[in-house]
Parts: sequence; structure tokens; C-alpha cells
Amino acid sequence: MSQETRIPKPIPQPDGPSQPFFDAGLTGKLLLMKCTACGAVRLPSRRHCDRCLSTDLEWVPASGRGAVRTFGVMHQRYHPGFNDDIPYNVTIVELEEGPRLPTNLVGISNDQIRVGMPVVVDWERHDDVALPKFRPA
Amino acid sequence: MVRIAHNQGVRMSHPLRSAAAITGLGMTPMGRVFGKSATEFAADAIRLALADAGLNKAEVDGLLINAGVSQGISLGLQNYVGLDNLRLLNHMNAAGSTAAQMVQYATLAIAAGMAKHVVCVFADAPLTQGSSAGAAYGMRANAPARPQGMVGLYTAAGYFGANTPYALAARRHMALYGTTQDHLGAIAVAQRRWAVMNPVAQMRQPMTMVDYHASRWIIEPLHLLDCCLVSNGAVAVVVSPADVARDMPQPPVYIWGMGQGHPGDSNRAGSDWETETGARFAARTAFAMAGIGPADVDVCELYDCYTYTVLVTLEDYGFCPKGEGGPFVADGRLGPGGSLPTNTGGGELSAYYMWGMTPLSEAIIQARGAGGARQVAKHDVILCTGNGGNLSYHACLILSPHAS
Repeated sequence: MSQETRIPKPIPQPDGPSQPFFDAGLTGKLLLMKCTACGAVRLPSRRHCDRCLSTDLEWVPASGRGAVRTFGVMHQRYHPGFNDDIPYNVTIVELEEGPRLPTNLVGISNDQIRVGMPVVVDWERHDDVALPKFRPA
Repeated sequence: MVRIAHNQGVRMSHPLRSAAAITGLGMTPMGRVFGKSATEFAADAIRLALADAGLNKAEVDGLLINAGVSQGISLGLQNYVGLDNLRLLNHMNAAGSTAAQMVQYATLAIAAGMAKHVVCVFADAPLTQGSSAGAAYGMRANAPARPQGMVGLYTAAGYFGANTPYALAARRHMALYGTTQDHLGAIAVAQRRWAVMNPVAQMRQPMTMVDYHASRWIIEPLHLLDCCLVSNGAVAVVVSPADVARDMPQPPVYIWGMGQGHPGDSNRAGSDWETETGARFAARTAFAMAGIGPADVDVCELYDCYTYTVLVTLEDYGFCPKGEGGPFVADGRLGPGGSLPTNTGGGELSAYYMWGMTPLSEAIIQARGAGGARQVAKHDVILCTGNGGNLSYHACLILSPHAS
């Protein structure tokens, strides 16, 4: 058990489409991808717009504000990196701009979380990436 | 002969309505059954289905294959069983919607004259002796230390397994519509009441709402008893032309209607994937083909990977208005003696988890009137659904013991 808990949580490795997102996160900026053809705003997980298939994309800053779309409280042990956090919240934040981020709320107890509550980004710094966590606004 | 008001008068019925029928069903022992591979289970199920249908192997000219989570069967199953007369063959995957889809494509192929007797088979053997059900479905997630790109945000948030998205969907429904834990529990309890009467169900001990609330949390708002079982085993069905089915040994189970709906990316901006699923589209297509509406359905066999899946599916088929699924199920309506008997074998929650073959096998049993102690008296129209992914993939069949 003690050996298990020393296994760290898996941290994302930036890839082609997401590199600017993670780079900006290190400076505390939340960037989204906007299609210059149709205006759709998306998380940067592909090299084209999934609404109109245009490849003409630009980066736009997000406000960092959003609301809890939904959440769960995890009790099941899956990955040893999370064992010490159980029960922990898994939250989907809907950003003001529309896209939705899987994240965890910090600075709030799980029983206080409500769908629709306003939240703001709170970056969690790791060695070479920062993760967009959220706290109550 | 069933009388359906919608289908009378001058309106022409759909050309594929009752074009084909299910003529054979084979089920191996299912659950914590060890000592066989998925391929061996599949061969057993095919042998049982052919015996049930009164067919010899040489008469089979179509084979559709769906592997479960263990990916233990493939196109090689053809040669393992020794089917050398095939005019139709595929290894299909649309997750939990595949079983219904295999019957759909079999029906289309039969109507097109491409095949006559099509075997559709699902087999899985994820359980090994001494291991937990959770381990079989990746509970001890072997996430890479550095998952690539934006997908890594899910892993970094501790978003694991199918349990997470279904918990998130259920929570959203609760927040929007006031659905309660008791509503989800009512589904689990009703299905267990059916399972108690099903000799092949894995969970046959009675369960109360107190038991439901006492079961451990997996991820709130889902208790252990909101989640499906994990099973080894296989189920095979035979689909044949309706005019041929009439002269086969089993009472034919006619395919009146079929449909699919796949809404796609569950996290796209603007999506309401949590509370409005592809079942809405499948329902429209299938009800139109069958010439009926939800009020004509006697029995539901709904894919129930989670209690919540049943609730949202009932809404999306129009059995009750959107958001009212909780109160709809709360009065025991789905259980024995209720007005909408649903998952009458216990379903994936309490009987066995053969993906879409769980609702399909029980639909066939009920349509044949072969349900024994759990047989529903009025079983003229049976809705059978399949769901997969994160409420991402949906397919359905409307089945009947009557050709018209």
C-alpha cells in the first residue's frame, strides 16, 4: 500500500494540437481554439474544426470563468496516484465560452458542490505543465 | 393476433416490417463461469442456437460477430466453428448497441437476398478465477505516466472507467429534474424482483431499497447496485426470413421495427448528452417502421449498464415526458405486476452482462412465452434496446410473436 501511494498521478504530455494550450497554462492563461471560418470555440484536441471541418484555426483567450455542469464523487480505487484523495470530486466545468473541461474543484468540500455553481480557473503547477483546476468564484 | 390501431386502415406497412424473424437462441452458462475461452463460449452458444432453431451447420450462410471487453473472438470464429458456406460475414463493434445492430444488418441482408440464416453471436470472458469484476473492466487503470494531449486532462482529474461518465450524466439529470437516489434505487429493486424468478440470473437473492442505499458508493451518485454485473459466457441468435421462420421449430419472433441513433462527442459545447440520448432518433425510426407508438409496447428490455441508463431510455422513447423518468419508475411500474414490465430477467444489473445480448435474449424468451415464473402475460410488442459508450451509441428492435 505505501509503495502504491508513491506512484504519482498521470500528468498530461502536450501533443501537437494541445502544445499551445499547455504552454499558455504555465503562464496562467487559459487558451481555446477558435475556428476562423465558422466561429466555433473548442478545446484543442484536433487540427480541424469539428463543426465545419475548416483547418483555419486561431487561439483565443478564455475568461477562466465557468460553471459546474456536472460532477461525481469518486470512491472507487482505480489508479494508485489517487488513493489518498478518495473520495475526490470529478467535475465537468462548462466555460463561459462553451467548451467543457474535465477537472477537479479545489477549495470546497465535496458535499458543498452544486451543479450550476460559478467557478474560476485555479492552475495546478507541475514540472512542465499546469493543470486547469477550478475553485468557487 | 395483436391489433394495433396505428397500423390499420389504408396506410401501407413498412416493407421490412416482419420481413425477418429470430428463430434460434443459444445461451451458455453465464457469470463466474471459468475454464473456457470466449471462442469456446461462442462455439457453444452457436451450437445451442442452431439446435434451438432446428438447423444444421451447413444451412448457416451468415455470421455476425461481436467481441466483448476481452476481445476474445474475431473472424477466426468462422473457422473454429467450421462454417464454410457463408455469404455474409463481419466482426462488428458499436459497443453495447452491437447486438441489436447485428440483428438489424441480418434483417437487411435477408431482405436483400444476400443470406438466409444469419447467426449473430456475442462472447466474452473477462473474468478470471480469483479476480474481481472490477479488475476485469480495468478498475486498476493502467494509465500511462504521461497520457497524450487533452485526453490527459481526464486521467489527471481521476476520470476513470465507464462509471464516471454515467455518474456525471445521472447527476446532471438529478440537478435539472429533481431525480433522486430513490428513483435510481427503484429501478435496481424492480429488476432484482425479476431476477429472483430467473433461474440463470447471477443475483437471485431478494434486495430491498435499504440494501440499495447500504451498498457502497462507486462514484456518487452511483452505488454498487446501480452498476451492471460482469459475466463470462456467450449468447447467439439466428435470424431467418419470416416465411421460412413459420415452418421452424420455435415460435418466430418477428422484427417489426429497428432504428439507431448516435449523437457523438459527449463533451462538445452545446451537447446535452447526459440527459438526451441517441435513443430519441432510434425511437422515431423504429416506431415509424413498426407502425406503433410507445403506448403499444407491452414489455421493455432496455440496456441497463446502469440504473440511470434505464431511466433516460424510458424518457427518450416517450414512455414519459423528459425529466419525469424518476417519478415514472418510483411506483414499481417496471417490476413484476407493474404496468410496464421492464428487464424481466433481471437485466445486466441482476442477471448477466452479455452487453446487448442481455436485453435481446430476454426479449426473445418473453416473445416466445417461455419466461416461466417471470413470463409477462401480455407480450405482443416488446421493445429491446442497446446502448454503448458514454450514452454514445444506441440501437433498438421492436419485436413481436405476431407477424402482423
